[in-house]
Amino acid sequence: MHYYNEEDLARFGEMAKYRPELFEKFLAWYTACQEEGALSKREKALIGLAVAVTVQCPYCIEAFTNSCLENGSNMDQMTEAMHLASAIRGGASLVHGIQSHNAHDKVSM
Amino acid sequence: MDSGIQITRNGRPAIPAAPTPFSERAGGLRALAVDTLQVNVGKLCNQACKHCHVDASPIRTEIMSAEVVDECLRVIREFSIPTLDITGGAPELNPNFRRFVTEARWFGANVIVRHNLTVMHEDGQNDLPEFFAKNEVEIVSSLPYFQQTQTDAQRGTGVFERSISALRRLNDVGYGTSGKLKLNLVYNPVGAFLPPAQSAIEADFKRELKSRYGIVFNNLYTITNMPIARYLDWLRRSGNELSYITKLVGAFNPSTLEGLMCRSMISVDWTGRLFDCDFNQMLELGPTDGTPRTIFDFDAEKLRKRMIATADHCYGCTAGAGSSCGGTVA
Repeated sequence: MHYYNEEDLARFGEMAKYRPELFEKFLAWYTACQEEGALSKREKALIGLAVAVTVQCPYCIEAFTNSCLENGSNMDQMTEAMHLASAIRGGASLVHGIQSHNAHDKVSM
Repeated sequence: MDSGIQITRNGRPAIPAAPTPFSERAGGLRALAVDTLQVNVGKLCNQACKHCHVDASPIRTEIMSAEVVDECLRVIREFSIPTLDITGGAPELNPNFRRFVTEARWFGANVIVRHNLTVMHEDGQNDLPEFFAKNEVEIVSSLPYFQQTQTDAQRGTGVFERSISALRRLNDVGYGTSGKLKLNLVYNPVGAFLPPAQSAIEADFKRELKSRYGIVFNNLYTITNMPIARYLDWLRRSGNELSYITKLVGAFNPSTLEGLMCRSMISVDWTGRLFDCDFNQMLELGPTDGTPRTIFDFDAEKLRKRMIATADHCYGCTAGAGSSCGGTVA
């Protein structure tokens, strides 16, 4: 028994077993978000991959890696997207260093 | 010993099995026309690509004879077949290839050659661009991606660089630049995934090949990898067979059925046998309803109305926007 099983991604629909109306609403929203719109499907797949890496969801990472490839992206482009997401995440931590500076300044002469 | 190949071959070409049989989804398919004679003139090739549904390579010896070529030419002439589509292997390595092209052009057929680009660098083939241009051959060439890594991973080390130099030669004689000389490229996924939207990836190829290498071409066709032969071996060895077949079945699109290439063409193998397409040819999946079996007893009227032999590999042509030798179909 692992907490994450590869086969479980295909079982996502089983979340409709209870309160199916909530899952249906989620699925409609999730699907609509990935349709071609002001952003292309390829751009959305790259955003999806970047977010998937950021939230560290193994199911989403696999799904959006495939989605990127099936929308014609290559590993250079996908890696840039993942670096950007990671850099923002790192920067978000680092900018909190100012809180430390502030705290330091408050108690220091 | 490569155990993957043993599993796939087992004395017969292996056909993948899908959870839902193709016939249940598609029903019976009947031909609509015979506008194209697609002739596979042999399995000899200077490359051995990982996804090749022909299992073509430099060690294959199956080559169409002059007698069968003559019979194909007779059929083109007598039945006024509009298009001759020559494939292989590398068809240029068949000693009858140039005569086949030249005479088919005399008879007024449009001639398409599925040209792998690198064969141009083989002994005696350096003048292929001039030969193609003189005969106004339409060229269809595989280039799975505009980057070296992906192309070489699928088609062999050094193929990308030699393909780029061949494309420059074709541009030099006017291919891809003028109205008459058509140069179309083929994208197919380098792995176990479906192709992107044809128009989107075509724009990428045009931009990248022009800016990086100064290369121009007419159209990009996206083709789905067919889960048979060498590609099926790879799917099995890499643990991707089930997920890939499931993906194809899940992406089944009924609106592709009308435009499937098998409905408007007939495929000829190197011995002269007739099939519904090049894939069925490799699977030795012949016509089932008493229609002519060889080029020697070609009957356009019967072939035009024939039932098409299908199996679960046919999901490869009906996934998403569909797939054919001319790209998407829906």
